[in-house]
Amino acid sequence: MTAPGTDPTYRTEALIAEDIEAYLAGHEKKSLLRFITCGSVDDGKSTLIGRLLYDSKMIFEDQLAALEADSKRVGTQGQAIDFALLVDGLAAEREQGITIDVAYRFFTTERRKFIVADCPGHEQYTRNMVTGASTADLAVILIDARKGVLVQTRRHSYLCHLLGIRHIVLAVNKMDLIGYDQARYEAIVADYAAFAEGIGIETFTPIPISGFAGDNITAPSLNTPWYCGPALMPHLETVELDTTADRARPFRLPVQWVNRPNLDLRGFSGLIASGVVRPGDPVRVLPSGRTSTVTRLLTMDGDLDAATAGQSVTVCLADEIDCSRGDVLAAAGDPPQAADQFEATLIWMDDEALIPGRGYWLKLGAQTVTATIQPPKHQINVNTMEKLAAKTLELNAIGVAQFATDRPLVFEPYADNRALGGFILIDKLTNRTVAAGLIHFSLRRAQNIHRQATDIGREAHARLKNQTPKVLWFTGLSGAGKSTIANEVEKLLHLMNRHTFLLDGDNVRHGLNKDLGFTEADRIENIRRVGEVAKLMADAGLIVLTAFISPFRAEREMVRRMLPEGEFVEIFVDTPLAEAEARDVKGLYAKARRGELKNFTGIDSPYEPPEAPEIRVNTVEMTPRQAAEHIVRTILPLP
Amino acid sequence: MLTHLQRLEAESIHILREVVAEAERPVMLYSIGKDSAVMLHLAKKAFYPAPPPFPLLHVDTTWKFRDMYALREKAAQGAGMELLVWQNPEARERGINPFDHGPLHTDMWKTQGLKQALDHHGFDAAFGGARRDEEKSRAKERIFSFRTATHAWDPKNQRPELWNLYNARKRKGESIRVFPISNWTELDIWQYIRLNNIEIVPLYFAATRPTFVHDGGLFMADDPDRLTRVLGRTPDIVERSIRFRTLGCFPLTGAVESEAATLEEVIQETLLTTTSERQGRVIDKDAGDASMEKKKQEGYF
Repeated sequence: MTAPGTDPTYRTEALIAEDIEAYLAGHEKKSLLRFITCGSVDDGKSTLIGRLLYDSKMIFEDQLAALEADSKRVGTQGQAIDFALLVDGLAAEREQGITIDVAYRFFTTERRKFIVADCPGHEQYTRNMVTGASTADLAVILIDARKGVLVQTRRHSYLCHLLGIRHIVLAVNKMDLIGYDQARYEAIVADYAAFAEGIGIETFTPIPISGFAGDNITAPSLNTPWYCGPALMPHLETVELDTTADRARPFRLPVQWVNRPNLDLRGFSGLIASGVVRPGDPVRVLPSGRTSTVTRLLTMDGDLDAATAGQSVTVCLADEIDCSRGDVLAAAGDPPQAADQFEATLIWMDDEALIPGRGYWLKLGAQTVTATIQPPKHQINVNTMEKLAAKTLELNAIGVAQFATDRPLVFEPYADNRALGGFILIDKLTNRTVAAGLIHFSLRRAQNIHRQATDIGREAHARLKNQTPKVLWFTGLSGAGKSTIANEVEKLLHLMNRHTFLLDGDNVRHGLNKDLGFTEADRIENIRRVGEVAKLMADAGLIVLTAFISPFRAEREMVRRMLPEGEFVEIFVDTPLAEAEARDVKGLYAKARRGELKNFTGIDSPYEPPEAPEIRVNTVEMTPRQAAEHIVRTILPLP
Repeated sequence: MLTHLQRLEAESIHILREVVAEAERPVMLYSIGKDSAVMLHLAKKAFYPAPPPFPLLHVDTTWKFRDMYALREKAAQGAGMELLVWQNPEARERGINPFDHGPLHTDMWKTQGLKQALDHHGFDAAFGGARRDEEKSRAKERIFSFRTATHAWDPKNQRPELWNLYNARKRKGESIRVFPISNWTELDIWQYIRLNNIEIVPLYFAATRPTFVHDGGLFMADDPDRLTRVLGRTPDIVERSIRFRTLGCFPLTGAVESEAATLEEVIQETLLTTTSERQGRVIDKDAGDASMEKKKQEGYF
């Protein structure tokens, strides 16, 4: 064990006391390593972190006193100090004796500053572990020496590797409990090496430790004379940082904010994702592809000669070119690609499962677009790495799927660049972060299918018909009166010499959409197809009327975004459920109540009413004719 | 190679810019303490040469140190930012004070006052200078911490936060508290103040000041007349060389006896000290282990 006087923390303390200026000068130069610890409660993860904090003198005396008292009261180590109590934060967790969220801890040694993401290990907390791993340079995977490589070890290793962590430490813990048995340790390491190679982990650093007894934590332990590698702390102090590796890659700056303090200055602000930039460098703005030259790297402390990956900067360019939030500034000679169809690994993080076909917000760097996800190609069993067939992804599931975006996305594969390859998906209704994604590659389809320009455009079509195209989107419960009112509206418009077409829900299901049922996914696809058809008809210059229940806000919003601003007119045919059910024109409510009709809107499938429809008609107060006249007056105001 | 302070600075600036790009009406909660001073300095850097495009909000309890009020005005002016001050009218009317009302003082002036101010101005994102190393429940809070329309925080229902991608989406009435210096430690703050010559309240440095002992703690008699009125007696005032490790309401913030009069001496003392920073504040202890977590669920910063 470490002899007093050689432990670096003691020397630190002496330096602080004797020459604070020298200490601060040294401290200012320290780098920062972010790492994650993975393991289950029983592996002694919290104990190890508590030990790191303790050994690096990050525990104050009042905390230590409280810790000693707590250890006796609720600790699991008898009369000894239970280091785990230091790090298990939230009240709910202390009661249950487990760590349920990601907690961040901080400590400093002579050489580096550390941020530890302390993550729970159980399978139901996969999302928490992925969160902690996303910002880590290194992972410490804990194994209980008595138990060896377990299912959870494989899961943790897979997740860390998936999230692109380049440095993996295999900490074989509780060596004190197996009498520091070298053979047992080596068997565990060999077992792990076989597994690691299989999933693509090229190297890892095994260390035999005891978090409880302090072996091989800050210094080599006398209890393991057969071990020649580094102790844990010195290893953490010397591994290469990701920002150092990122620096060697081509320059990329996702533009976060355009700074326009006055007419003479336009600066593009953001965090450099990779590479180095200097005044005079040629750069390209993506996705537009325009080029310019860097003139200044502006900061409050004066202009910089160079800035590197990991720095937040403001860049000024020589030319007045179009560049806004979401664009990416890149090395002119080596720019990233833009595409709108991709394959990615998705990690689902929400209680509500993935709905293929639904539009989600996708945020990547400073870009936010709408993405629709295809049904997964497969799901991955995180314990066995087997590929399984899947129709959706539920909470904590990991799978591979293709997706399309409504606008081109500037990206790089996640394996090359975390900042331009990692994204989150946000549910448009609940605003929750529902998934994390890692881009593998763009699909060639997007690159090779270009739009064919035609000479007679949509304006020309509309001009000939002497009208402004519109899509009048009727939404409401079954039996609300959508088709009836839409029919009345079309009759009125026809009398006024307008060119119209009515797409009716039931009619479309006899033809174009006859392959679709009434599950959530099918209903979404139903609306997507109708939206595409309505868009084509509007391009042809028509006023399109659609009568579909279209129960989900997200899909109505998707159609709205397909059309030019102002052309989509959402008409809410507002009929209370009781009223629609009382009318029950087609006898469907009765069937649904009897259980003969599944997924019926209003009965066992939800209807999400529009929040701000362009037009709302109340069918209890208005006749269909009155409603139709109201709609026509609203969309075609008298000159 | 970037130093840890350069990386922390870059991260904080990124967060500040992200909020301004995505929120409709952001505000910076400014408590006048050293953490607020660093956060404000980072905001100036993030938007330089423009002033930070949001106002400063001080939720005032009327019981802050006089030196704090003085710096408040100066700092806002120096940054070219609008300063908004909110004092809970109900607390003012009922004469809520730290001596007679105990925990109610913090609840009324700070927790309720903050909610009132955010609702009154319609702010949808509020920057706060909390750090994860301060207290155990803060170690788990997100950088973008989502609050319901009633300002409640649900620790079990936090949005996952991956890479440096922050989800700022919310419905009308809901808001986010954003902590740009989450990953800074107390030492980082001091070091950054030193490297950037950031002005902080002089009370952080030792000087001879009028003090009195109350409930076993050492306090500064910042406004003796007011103290006498509230206590109903004149406290025994003794001149001592003291400084503060943290600044809040003067009757709630314990002083430490100290000779550390320069920044370097303060850092030295901080590093060699044997009690943790929040020890001087009464708030963490009033309901046992989970006190801060409970306050946060109720809407405290």
